[in-house]
Amino acid sequence: MSKLKENYKDSFSQKFSDFMTGDLEVPDSIHARKKQDRVDKIVEADQFFSEFTTSDDIQRRELYQAFKHRRFVKHANKIYSIMSAVIGLIIIIILLITVAYLPEFGNKSNPDNNVVSQRYIENGLEETGAVNIVSGMILDYRAFDTFGESNVLFIACCCVLILLRNDDDEINPDEDVIDFKRDIILEKAAKFLVPVILVFGIYVVLNGHLSPGGGFSGGAIMGAGLILFANAYGFERMERLFSYSTFKKITFGALLFYGVAKSYSFFTGANHLHSIIPLGTPGAILSSGLILYLNICVGLVVACTMYGFFALFKRGRI
Amino acid sequence: MPVFHIILLGLLIVCAIAACTSRKLINSVVIFMSFSLVMCVIWFLLESPDLAITEAAVGAGVTSILFFLVLRKINALNAYDADDEEDEDYKNKIIESESESHE
Amino acid sequence: MFKDLITNLFTNYYETVAVIIFGIGFTTLLLNKNLIKKIIGFNLMDNAVYLFLASKGYVEGRKAPIVVNNVMDVNAYINPIPAGLVLTGIVVSVSVTAIMLALTVKLYRRYHTLDIDEIAIISRKGGI
Repeated sequence: MSKLKENYKDSFSQKFSDFMTGDLEVPDSIHARKKQDRVDKIVEADQFFSEFTTSDDIQRRELYQAFKHRRFVKHANKIYSIMSAVIGLIIIIILLITVAYLPEFGNKSNPDNNVVSQRYIENGLEETGAVNIVSGMILDYRAFDTFGESNVLFIACCCVLILLRNDDDEINPDEDVIDFKRDIILEKAAKFLVPVILVFGIYVVLNGHLSPGGGFSGGAIMGAGLILFANAYGFERMERLFSYSTFKKITFGALLFYGVAKSYSFFTGANHLHSIIPLGTPGAILSSGLILYLNICVGLVVACTMYGFFALFKRGRI
Repeated sequence: MPVFHIILLGLLIVCAIAACTSRKLINSVVIFMSFSLVMCVIWFLLESPDLAITEAAVGAGVTSILFFLVLRKINALNAYDADDEEDEDYKNKIIESESESHE
Repeated sequence: MFKDLITNLFTNYYETVAVIIFGIGFTTLLLNKNLIKKIIGFNLMDNAVYLFLASKGYVEGRKAPIVVNNVMDVNAYINPIPAGLVLTGIVVSVSVTAIMLALTVKLYRRYHTLDIDEIAIISRKGGI
């Protein structure tokens, strides 16, 4: 028998096993009390809304209802729908005529199969070391584009945070416990599925330069796994794994690493041919220079953003 | 022209029209989800497996979840995208379905 | 002349379908007053553009751009550029959808309706 460590209860492995297997026991009485609180809150919220919508608004709504059923408005609406359908048809016809003049589908002598794609395919493996040419293209030749795009994701998450933030101080901190209903089928299914989904996501991210996939796909898969976990077990258990500070640290760290790692190319004359990092043998997992690390960064940012969207829409904070 | 491609592309058009014309909001969201799944198979046929994986996780997964959450948040899960003349009919239908569920 | 155009449409069947879906999405944006339907129409337009781009990069009989057995010949792989463009586009379209949905939730909380005409009239300052 192996001896237990003294600080085993505080150790990471114990926390992890608690997190994976431990049950969140909430006595029924607490549930009932919290439900009552919730009902009171909803009633208060309704009163708040009724104050918020002024009598002016209600009057205008009634006016609108009367306005909507006037004869000339009905006719105008009908004309508008017919016109918009006609405009849609005209656009379809114009575009169809354009399509008819395009070069043949799937023909290898099309003008878009030009020297650029030829160079990417013929020299891509030597210059970037990535077996997956698409991955090598978006993370080496066009790495700044991908950097900007990760920033777009982060900024979108910030915008949603600004729009949907729950900055009401009186809201019960345990609100997530009440809001969520335990479902035995979902819990058991999530217990099997979540580890598999997360591991598959990590696999897709790490093999981004060897096989189909990469940061974007793997990150989205990991985000879907996190969303499934949060749906099955509620936000209280989710916060043991992924809280707001985790979100901040991971996103900031990943974006910072990406920025720093790519800005080194300015010091080498914005030329990737003489990179300091060895490319390694193509096909090995530790190959292709920076692409593996950049893939991990992008995957972390995408996963955090997907989960962040879900949490913000569900309860107003991450 | 391979037959399988044609069937999938036809499904795409059918899904697009159905998502835009269906009366219930939740139906159109579910149909849009199936549109994304058909797109996912089409990416495979176009030899872009990267896109297929991304579309399956993002289009059919995250986007649909966001739509469902919004519909739940604004209590529109049973809402109709009603036209002017048929307003009353739909209201009656909603009331009937609610009373049935209570019984 | 006309017959040629029709034959070309059937040859470029992927582009044809992409264009038709684009038109359907555009018509939905114009025709539907419901905000959720408008967002779905916007997403349809997104997907149509991606389908168009990816079908331009496809070459008959070639494989996906992943190097197998050290074959680095142009004639073995399809064009990787549209795949890279669309890959970034798909993920950005999710964030655009999320922002639009957040705005929809905000509008619903303020005006209690999803009808864009009603919102426009209620929010007008000088009355109807």
